[in-house]
Order: sequence, then C-alpha cells, then structure tokens
Amino acid sequence: MLIAAAALAACSQTYAADDTLTIGFTVSRTGKLNNESTAQMRGFELWRDEVNAKGGIAVGDKRYKVSFVSYDDESANQRVQQLYTRIINQDKAQFLFSPYSSGLVATAAIVSEQHGRIMLTTGAAEEKTYKLGNKNLFQVYSSADLYLAGAIQVVKELYSKAEPALVYKDDPLSKAVLQSARKQVAEAGLRTALDEAYSPETTDFGPIINKIISAKADVLLGGGHYSDGATLARQLYDHKARLKWVTLLVAPDSPNFVTLGDAAVGISVPSQWESQVSFKPDFGPTAAEFTQRFQAEYAIEPGYHAAAGYAAGLLLQHAIEQAGTLDQAKVADVLNKMDVTTMFGRTKFSTAPKEHGLQIGHEMVLAQWQKKDGKLVKEVIWPKAAKTADILY
Amino acid sequence: MIGLIASLIDGVLVGAVYGLAAMGLTLIWGVMNVINLTHGAMIVLGMFALYFLASALGLPPYGAVPVTIVIGFVVGVVVYWTAVHRVIGRGHLMSLLSTFAMNMVLIGLGTALFSTSPYNVPVALPGITWREYTFTGAHVVAAALALLIAGLLYFLLHRTRIGKAIRAVADNREAAELNGIPTTQVLSFAFGLGAALAAVSGTLIATLFPFNVLSGGAYELKSFVVTVLGAMGNPAGALMGGVALGLIEGAATSFMPVSWTPVIEFALFVAVLILFPRGVFAFTRS
Repeated sequence: MLIAAAALAACSQTYAADDTLTIGFTVSRTGKLNNESTAQMRGFELWRDEVNAKGGIAVGDKRYKVSFVSYDDESANQRVQQLYTRIINQDKAQFLFSPYSSGLVATAAIVSEQHGRIMLTTGAAEEKTYKLGNKNLFQVYSSADLYLAGAIQVVKELYSKAEPALVYKDDPLSKAVLQSARKQVAEAGLRTALDEAYSPETTDFGPIINKIISAKADVLLGGGHYSDGATLARQLYDHKARLKWVTLLVAPDSPNFVTLGDAAVGISVPSQWESQVSFKPDFGPTAAEFTQRFQAEYAIEPGYHAAAGYAAGLLLQHAIEQAGTLDQAKVADVLNKMDVTTMFGRTKFSTAPKEHGLQIGHEMVLAQWQKKDGKLVKEVIWPKAAKTADILY
Repeated sequence: MIGLIASLIDGVLVGAVYGLAAMGLTLIWGVMNVINLTHGAMIVLGMFALYFLASALGLPPYGAVPVTIVIGFVVGVVVYWTAVHRVIGRGHLMSLLSTFAMNMVLIGLGTALFSTSPYNVPVALPGITWREYTFTGAHVVAAALALLIAGLLYFLLHRTRIGKAIRAVADNREAAELNGIPTTQVLSFAFGLGAALAAVSGTLIATLFPFNVLSGGAYELKSFVVTVLGAMGNPAGALMGGVALGLIEGAATSFMPVSWTPVIEFALFVAVLILFPRGVFAFTRS
C-alpha cells in the first residue's frame, strides 16, 4: 500500500511539473524605473491569475498552468544581464517577458537571442534593438518614432508659429523618440528654440528651465521616464515657465502623476493605450473589462504599462494555443503571422529580417490631464476618432 | 543677459546649501585632519529624516530642521567613536579607509531598508518672480536657512567656550590638552557638529529635489570641490566656495549643455588644486 501510495505521489509530482509553463522576466522593484515596471508586472500577474483560474493555457489536449520566475533588476543593466542568464539556464524559463525600458530590454535581448528564447517585449519602444538581426523578439509597444508625432500635429494645428524646446533625458528611449521628433518638427515648419538632453541623474531642472525661458520657447516636448518627468513637470510649475503646451514622455501616463495636483493640469503624454479606447478584441477582454478587473485587483486605474503587460500575456497565450505546442520555433511562427486585435489595439509584428519583431500594427494616442468637477482626470485628445475630450489649451 | 542673471541668482541660492554641506566636511578636516567619507551618508540621513518626520509625524518640512541637526549630531558622535577615534593621528589612509568602510555600512543599511527608489517631499511656497523668471520659495528659504545656520556656527565657534575649545584643538591638540581641554570629547563634539551640518544640508536639499539612498555621493563630490575652493579647514571659506560653485554652475549652464556641468566642476577642482593649493579663499582662514 505504501509503495503504491509513493508511486502515485511520484506520478502526481511528475504530472504537476509537466503541467507548468514557466515565464521569466525581471522587474525593477527598486531604482528609478520602479513606478513603470511595477505597473507592467501587475499587468503580467493579472493575466497569469486569470488564465490559471480557467485551468491554464491549452496546449493540444493538455493544460499548462502559468508560473512566473522573476527577480529585481534594480533598474540596472548589469543586473538584467546576470538575471536573464540565470532565468534561462538555472530557472529553465520556457518563454520570456522583457524588463521595463528600452535600455534594459536592449541588454535582455542580447541574452535571450543568445539562448534562442522567445521574448515579448513591453516597455521597449526604441527600434534599434529590433534592427540587430534578431529572430525571437516581439515588440508589443508602438516604436519610438511614433511617440511625438501626434503631439507635433496638435501643436502645429493650435500654434502654427510655435517654437518648441526639445528637452529630454539622455537615455535610449528618449533619444530615439526625439531623433524622430526633430524631423517631424522641421517637417511641420516649426523652429526649434532649444534642443538639449539632460543626464538621467538630474534632479535640479532649474538651469534647464531657465534656458527654456531664455530661448523664448512656448512649447516643451520631451522628458524621459516617471522619476525625472514628474520632477520636471513639478519644477516647470514652480518656476512658472509659462509654456503654452507641454508633452512629456511616459511620466504623465502613470496614475501617480495625479499627485502633482495643479502642476499636472494641461500636461499631455503620448500613450500606448488608455482605458477609454474601444477596440473590438478578437480574443480576451475589452479595454473596459480589463480596466474593471485591474481596478478590482489593485484599487488603481491601469495605465498603458499595465495594459501592455497584460496584452503580452494574452498574445503569448494565443500564440501557444494556436501553435498547439510549446516548441519555440512553432510558437514564433504563429507570432510572426499574427495580425490580431486585443484590448491593447492591433498587433502585427514585422517579419523583415532587418527589423524582425518590430511592432507595425499598433497606433498611439495622445492623452492630457484635465480638471473635471475639481478632479484631475486623463482624457484622450488625439486622434480625433479616439478622443474622449476636447484639447485643453 | 537677463537669463544669465537669473541663472546666477539661482546658482547663489543653491550654492549656499552646497556651502553649508561643505562646512561640515571642512570643519572635521580642520579640527582633526580626517577626510570624512561618511559625509555623503550624513547628507542622505538628513534627506530621509525630513521624509519620515514630514510624512510619519506630519511635521512641517522646515520644522524638521532642528530635529535633523540633533539626529545628525548624535549619529556623528556614534560614527566618531566607532570609526574615527582610534585612527586619528595614524595617517590619512587609515581614516579614509575607516570612514569609507563606515559609509558602505550606512549606505548598505539604507539600501536594505529603503531600496534605491526615489523619494520626494514636495514643498510649495510662493516664489519671487522677476521678469519671466521665478525663483522658487523653497530655494529662497533653503538659502536663507543655510546662511542662518552658517551664522550660528560662526557664533558657536567664536563666541562660546566649546567653540574656543574646538579652535584650540584645531590649532594644536597637545597644547590644548596641556591647558586642560578634554580634547577627545572636543573631537567627538566637532565630528558630531560636522555630521549635523551635513545632515541639515541634506534636509534642505530634500526640500528642493527628489532623492534616494545613493544621492549623497553627488553632493559629497560637490563638497570636496567646494572645500578645495574655500581652503580645507575653513568653514567661512567653504560657504564662499559653495556660493562660488553655484555661480559657476549658473554661468556655465547658460552657455553650454547642462550635462557639461560636472566636467566644468571637476576641471575647476583640478585647476584649483594646482594653482591655489591652499584654496582660493585661503586668505579668509579664521
């Protein structure tokens, strides 16, 4: 009897191990990227909890529960390199999600490509990473060259003689975005009043704000991530910089931006997604359903970082279920052919060898913080087809 | 031109706080010939003291200033007895290593407790507007408090018994000992005072900018530059050096990218070491 029981237990253990799909990634639990990375992780976790509640991912006639292995990358490249190597070699993760931010993803991509692991990248808009000859990267975000296109179009419509200041963090995402923005500003016939990068360590924006004022710029386009972007927004308000229009990357999309109070009013952000979007998904929840479930779980409205995390899970799940196998090559094949719509919008990956995995289906919106009945809310103001409120200017 | 003047004024305001931070470093050097590498950690102590006093106890930000002075002093005295007392007089390398090790312990502890995520204490005060430029109220108050504390330090050093004892020990420890001054206690007090100055400068910096556990390093480096400008061991010179550094930062950023500021600062550091080894403001040594 004892031997039979032991044999049964051993079989059960073997059965449980085969029924688990391990996905690995790092999270910036500490360091400057903590705010955005935590939101992204919450998106991953909500997806995991929902798929496991339904019995797991269907692979052929088996179901696999999703298990995560994740570590704190401390917002540092060296840690990303060490940890992704560990996640693949020691933790034996079968699939990967990316860390948050273009800089960290560039490092993770080197490791994932070396080991031939599929990695869905979220929080990584810089195109360069996808133009180095990869085979297994799949970008969920729209790429950096699209970030400020909407804001520049709005500025051109509202202020045809505007003189923008391009002031941005010296990091891969911001530099990639501003490289395209420079051309878009020139194509719009606007004269750039100031074009300057600041160190990622900057906390005193006084000198650069004085330069913006001295250059007589009336529009500001730039910023970086949450930590510096929120500080810049607050100090612009304290210095009464009197800009007609401010678009900052990333930071204003975070729900935490509301803590800036009046300093947030009027500030716009190019957004990968907003909760008000009304895409009709081919599978998974609608944006409204996702927003409701996220709020129920975390008591906070999701921004695009969380939505992209959730979408990455949905897309990977769909690819595995369509492939009917966990084989990397077959799942990659499905991802390459994918042209679908989820709560996040349209997703289609480039299959051109020179830019494999670059996101070519997704579109961005422009959101702005406005006051409604004394409360700060974020509204979609562009494109006109997607807007939920008029532009505040 | 107006923009340059505005940048210079901003530079002076921030420079006063740099000067206050450097006064702590230079006081310790002047009294006991120790280059205190826990200086950055003391600045961070002041930053986090403000954060917790303001958020946990609901103290108004500037109400935390006297509390931080006391906390900084106590921690400084503990650091003195732990890491400095036994290495005084045993060569600069020993005191450098000892304070460096203590710094790593303090920063490691801070990282374990608070991680390296950024913290912020928003202080909203009406600013002073001149033409298109605004000097924020927090900057003006921080500079005013820095000057006030510097003034109080001057009073302590020149008008009180303990201040005279500190200056006596700084001049000649053995002679001071022979005159009945308990030099060990005086050194301990002076180190605590230097740490308190660093901590309160951290508190003032935290009213201006966000910070994290590793923020002290950048201000410690500025303190070294300021100390070299102002003459090692000269608190009045340190204050002037801080203002000078602020002016240089304000002027430089008007003509070149802001990211060049550290290059200018450290080029200046090297130039002063070569051309003015006693410090640019050495003539003001008290």
